[in-house]
Amino acid sequence: MTSTLDRKAPAVRAPRARRGFAPVPFLAPGLVFLIAFMAIPVGLLAFYSFFKRGRFGGVVFEFTLDNWVKLFEPLYLGVIVQSVGVALVVTLLALLIGYPMAYAIAGLSPKWRTVALVAIVLPFWTNFLIRTYAWILLLNNAGWVNQWLQSLGIVDEPIAMLYTPQAIVVGLLYMYLPLMVLPLYASLQQLDPSLREAATNLGATPWRTFRTVTLPLSLPGALTGCIFVFVPAMSNFVIPELIGGGKTIMVGNLVRDQFFEARDWPFGATLALVLTIMLVLVILVQSAVSRRLTEGSRRG
Amino acid sequence: MSTAPLLRVDGVRAVYGDTVALHDISLDIADNEFFALLGPSGCGKTTLLRSIAGFETPAAGRIEIDGDDLLRMPAHRRPVNMMFQSYALFPHMSVEKNVAYGLESEGVGRAETAKRVAEVMDVVGLGHLAKRRPGQLSGGQRQRVALARAIVKRPRLLLLDEPLSALDRQVRASMQLELKRLQHEVGLTFVVVTHDQEEAMSMADRIAVLRDGRLEQLATPQELYANPATRFVASFIGSANLLDGVVRPGRVDVPGVGAVEVAAHALPDGTPATAVVRPEDVDLTADAATAALSGVVVDTYFLGGASTLSIEVAGLAAPIIASVHGTSALTRGDAVGVRFGRAAAVSRDAATVDDQDGTDDSAEPTGVAGTPQEEAEGVRS
Repeated sequence: MTSTLDRKAPAVRAPRARRGFAPVPFLAPGLVFLIAFMAIPVGLLAFYSFFKRGRFGGVVFEFTLDNWVKLFEPLYLGVIVQSVGVALVVTLLALLIGYPMAYAIAGLSPKWRTVALVAIVLPFWTNFLIRTYAWILLLNNAGWVNQWLQSLGIVDEPIAMLYTPQAIVVGLLYMYLPLMVLPLYASLQQLDPSLREAATNLGATPWRTFRTVTLPLSLPGALTGCIFVFVPAMSNFVIPELIGGGKTIMVGNLVRDQFFEARDWPFGATLALVLTIMLVLVILVQSAVSRRLTEGSRRG
Repeated sequence: MSTAPLLRVDGVRAVYGDTVALHDISLDIADNEFFALLGPSGCGKTTLLRSIAGFETPAAGRIEIDGDDLLRMPAHRRPVNMMFQSYALFPHMSVEKNVAYGLESEGVGRAETAKRVAEVMDVVGLGHLAKRRPGQLSGGQRQRVALARAIVKRPRLLLLDEPLSALDRQVRASMQLELKRLQHEVGLTFVVVTHDQEEAMSMADRIAVLRDGRLEQLATPQELYANPATRFVASFIGSANLLDGVVRPGRVDVPGVGAVEVAAHALPDGTPATAVVRPEDVDLTADAATAALSGVVVDTYFLGGASTLSIEVAGLAAPIIASVHGTSALTRGDAVGVRFGRAAAVSRDAATVDDQDGTDDSAEPTGVAGTPQEEAEGVRS
């Protein structure tokens, strides 16, 4: 009895020992990259945020907390809140539009599934700026949408669509919808079809099957999709600039303006740092929730 | 059995693209019966099961339960529950919630649900695991949860798709007995799909043997074994010596062997036929010299309660398989006389001859039926 246990013990311990050491050489390139392009820049941002601005940009190394106090002025706080709001609306809309899309694609035959996925990914092959300019052509006062509306007699005067917050939402939504659809599709696709059959077999209506089986089991994918959309939507500054006409300022624009227009590097650094911290927090929350979701399905 | 059948399958035909999965299958299943659909993979048994459950729609035919047309009911309204091969337990729900799911779908009250769930958990012996998630259970425990979930609604018919295939051998043997016990205990009608003839033989009251979407034979295990209807059934059920020849009244003339006496049959005189001799019906005598048929022992297999001997007979392509009680004194190289006891004749027309290569995959060697069976299948003229 004891001899059996003795013989088994090393076999169990060995992989744990290996897990501790073997990966280090494989991690090295990634670590170097992260330190050079993530840790050091973020450290610099944190460092600069405690000093005064130079007259023509740059930093004067006199300690101050002014930048952090300035952050709470209504003007800037408002921009941050507004950015969060826009990103949330975009994420929510992406989820509402993306879920049925992903669900439909997962239900297609393998051949049409491939076609649909290629169609989803296809826009990524076109330059991001060109796609954004296309929206300007569509939405401006003499653009296609207004032309159609007028020719159909729905409106007499062109509606101002470009350079509105709604236009920013549409632009961001268009840009990031595939990032919602793909993880959702992946999680729906992985779902064992016999789970849905089992629910049906136990007397669940199609709606109950969806609500109690499909939906809960696709939540990790939905959560991943939300992060994939929320994070870039929150920090994007090109779309607010081009489609929003720079009128509705988001945090990304604010950061850019501080560095390139106002030449206030320390405050720009403070804003950038705040944005980074917020996004990291969001991702941490997401991974914690996601771990709880998948752990729940595997264990208690 | 005197009353109307519980389930009536009438001329069911299923088609996938160009392939016909089921050719006009008709069969009746009685109330309280333990019924098995047996056949190699791809024989259509799972298609038939899924048609009953409502996951496939047959191209033609009727399926009735208690006289009601089952095919007109959507899958979620059929009074039929199924235990899936993969168990299909909901990973995000506790064991208890899994089992309660069917009752909740039906709108059974909270107290009643709790009571019935607790009852059925006791029946399968899982009361202490109610709060666990499926991921925390062993394969055998998951199988019991799947079973509990399928019987808690007391369906008219319980479908079991390869219920034991995911378990290891020892667990499987004990679960066979347990399924049978449970069927008596809860008084439900069971329809089991399996590719394992031993499993079907040991559990079922009646077995439908399917092959390439056709019903080969429907009978009790004893009848299938003693009087196979086709050469395929003879080779698929248990182990058998298949001696191909020409049928005559009361015998089959086998080249190289001579006349083999067979039980009464209805085959037309002079048609190609096969004499089926079970290994335990092969009698061995020590005096090879005086016997009408003789051979040489080429291998012996000791199986505990019985021994199997493989005997090479001049003029036959494959050895004769004989089974004797206990240990045999014969060893490799001994000359023996061979005599056939009980034998059955089955027809060997063009449609049934091609099966030798067809019993591929699923017939995994099981006990006595193992290697000797495969060798016996090689016996042809």
